[in-house]
Amino acid sequence: MVESNKDVIVMKDISKSFPGVQALDNVSFTLKSGEIHALVGENGAGKSTLIKVLTGVERQDIGVITLEGKEVSIRSPQHAQELGISPVYQEINLCSNLTVAENILIGWEPRKWGRIDWKKMGSQARQILHGLDIDLDVTQPLGSYSVAIQQMVAIARALEISSAKILILDEPTSSLDANEAEKLFQVMRKLKSEGLGIIFITHFINQVYEVSDRITILRNGKLVGTYETGSLSHLELIAKMIGRILSDLADMSRIKLESSKYIKEDALLQARGLGRTGDIEPFDLDLHAGEVVGLAGLLGSGRTETAGLLFGIDKPDSGSVTVNGKPVKNYSPLDSIKRGVALCPEDRKAAGIVDDLTVRENIILALQANRGWFKYINRQQQDELAEKYIKMLNISTPTPDQLVKNLSGGNQQKVILARWLATNPQVLILDEPTRGIDVGAKAEIQKLVLELAEEGKSCVFISSELEEVLRTSHRIVVLREREKVTEFSGEVDEHKIMEAMAGSGSS
Amino acid sequence: MAQQAKRALLDDDSLLTEKESNMAQRIKQFLLNNGSLLAGEKSDTVQRIKQFLLNNGPLLTTIVIFILLYLVGGWLYPAMQKPQVFFNLFINQASLLLVSIGMTLVILSKGIDLSVAGVIALTTAASAALLAKGMSPFVVMPLMLVMGIVFGFTQGWIIHFFKVEPFIVTLMGLFFARGMAYIITLASLTISDPVYRYLALTKVYIPFFEKAYVYIPTLVGPVLLLVTIYLSFFTRFGRTVYAIGNNEQSALLMGLPVARTKLIVYAFGGFCSATAGIVFSISLLSGYGGYAPGMELDAIASVVIGGTMLTGGVGTVVGTLFGVLINGTIVSILQFNGTLSSWWTRIGVGGLTLIFLGIQSLFYMRQKHS
Repeated sequence: MVESNKDVIVMKDISKSFPGVQALDNVSFTLKSGEIHALVGENGAGKSTLIKVLTGVERQDIGVITLEGKEVSIRSPQHAQELGISPVYQEINLCSNLTVAENILIGWEPRKWGRIDWKKMGSQARQILHGLDIDLDVTQPLGSYSVAIQQMVAIARALEISSAKILILDEPTSSLDANEAEKLFQVMRKLKSEGLGIIFITHFINQVYEVSDRITILRNGKLVGTYETGSLSHLELIAKMIGRILSDLADMSRIKLESSKYIKEDALLQARGLGRTGDIEPFDLDLHAGEVVGLAGLLGSGRTETAGLLFGIDKPDSGSVTVNGKPVKNYSPLDSIKRGVALCPEDRKAAGIVDDLTVRENIILALQANRGWFKYINRQQQDELAEKYIKMLNISTPTPDQLVKNLSGGNQQKVILARWLATNPQVLILDEPTRGIDVGAKAEIQKLVLELAEEGKSCVFISSELEEVLRTSHRIVVLREREKVTEFSGEVDEHKIMEAMAGSGSS
Repeated sequence: MAQQAKRALLDDDSLLTEKESNMAQRIKQFLLNNGSLLAGEKSDTVQRIKQFLLNNGPLLTTIVIFILLYLVGGWLYPAMQKPQVFFNLFINQASLLLVSIGMTLVILSKGIDLSVAGVIALTTAASAALLAKGMSPFVVMPLMLVMGIVFGFTQGWIIHFFKVEPFIVTLMGLFFARGMAYIITLASLTISDPVYRYLALTKVYIPFFEKAYVYIPTLVGPVLLLVTIYLSFFTRFGRTVYAIGNNEQSALLMGLPVARTKLIVYAFGGFCSATAGIVFSISLLSGYGGYAPGMELDAIASVVIGGTMLTGGVGTVVGTLFGVLINGTIVSILQFNGTLSSWWTRIGVGGLTLIFLGIQSLFYMRQKHS
């Protein structure tokens, strides 16, 4: 039995930068033996970089790593495994066509007279799995078992092939349901009692509280702190992850207050019991003309999935959507455009801009799609449209014929916004419109959204920055772990929203 | 009467005669052992049989199709029922079997080898030329094997280390090999070496089958098949081939020797092609750049019909044997018919391949446990 509570890994003052971004800035992290240590933080906080440094995928620029008291320099993933650092990633890095026994033992298979001893391999594998309190037919192909079981097998292999001192579980519960997650936690607790140190990376706050002993919070590449789980309430945890609220409300709150007078009674878009298995639980939502509805929630809470269902690009498994009283039957982007619903997607690069086309071409794209093959928008009309939106949105480009890929992130976002505005939508859904954009452009876009609402559109504003959502929305819908939890209207207390995002209120 | 018997079985054995008592005991035991099965619950054995069928569905389907085809042939043309017809399958498809064995491993690793027929042609041309120059057949044959291994190894090297698609590399290999063959000899070159002649003409009689025979080169295929079965299932090399075919990235992360295995797979393919070339040159006693046109496609079809998926990681070399036999059976049926063009073979094989691709996806989709 390994002596508990000894420091197994000490990472001291780790800094790592990539071109253009400081991924880790002076972060220190300690893992003790016999503990489950949760590592949390929003997107871009630095969690994955920290783990990559620990598992040998990256080398730190500055800082020292000590393993069981001895300083180590981790050269490669193979080296890290030899040292006893065993990562298990979200994507199961095993081979689904090989049997369970093979997946655990291949590379170290028992042999008899030079050939693989299948019988012995089977019994060895069974034994290893028994050690994790798992019992199954190890002669079946791995692919015939559920993802949860496959993950257990991955853990079994990770522990088996190196006398593991540390187990790193990267988002292990993303594809598991509640029962499967509980089984995983039982295994984790067993391993912990045997003296293993476990790093548990997750964005499910409830699970952090269920199974971890200590929590380390990262934000924007910096260490916020390491805390005993019992000493930190849900609310405090969220607050530390998201950061403090900026209190600069001035101009925006004025616009908001004034424009709230013009919110129409009747709902432009109505969602009833709308849901998609695995993505988001069935929810009801009304969108009104003249209103900005903000969608708040942590990463993984289902915001983008909700947007997809409202827009009509994803077919729901339950419920219905009506736009202007007419029920939606066809789920394609083109149909949505024709209905007057527009979506600015989260991933600008993948689903938004067309790099190699000009600003003008990008702007008229959706409009042209709406009009079809034959009603071509002639050059003069295109120029007019481009000029109009460049002016309206203050897009900084030397000419409308500049290639979009040469613009800054903020301006690219404005181009996409222009594209959708050109289709003259009634409902405009914006998923993370200010991500990766400088502060000045952020404010511009937020103001723009309110002005669009003032003109009579209905806007949905999704952002992981709570202060933005607060500033821009008339009404806020809170999502948590793929479920719509509640709505807030009028003057809202940021604490109440964070409480709703976090879940069980105070610790 | 039934009531009495029931009461006897369940309650009081002493009411029965000794014979009846034994019977009662036996029935009780049977009910105890098989109660759940009779009650409709799935016993362990039934589950296991079901699982076995699910896991090996495509292979079993192939075997069944082969048997059916053969029976149909025998029914349509009674002359086909002679045992020699079966052994002729092995004689006539000897080269195809050899290249298909190599092709199986390559496809299992998610690759493809289009060069096989080219290597056959090159082997026949080179052998004929060297033998004509007086080189001993005992030097020529090993030399051809080495050439095949080097050829395959080189292709594998380019594929893995330069990250070029196997399709492209082996297609170039095909062009190169055939081209070289034609450079060696533009027209067909006869082999008159006595050892080759001996191997071509000596019959090997099969025990238990009167008058049925094969030739010596015919035996190479089945032997190599057994070796490859061993490799596939009892060596780390074989298991790594399967792993790579499923997910090369995972195999790498699991610490398996991916690079080495890929090189060996293509080298082995080259070895099989060269062996096939030697067998080919023996049976035709000549060498020529135009031999075995399109055999790479017949090989791929045999592998697919045998249950190996082109996406890699699934299939066996046993299935390939039956794929080759099916090919041969169709050829035989057409020969016995006599009137239809031999190109119907390609149509038959093509159609079967499509059907098998459909069957494969059905089976592999349903393999999920609950």
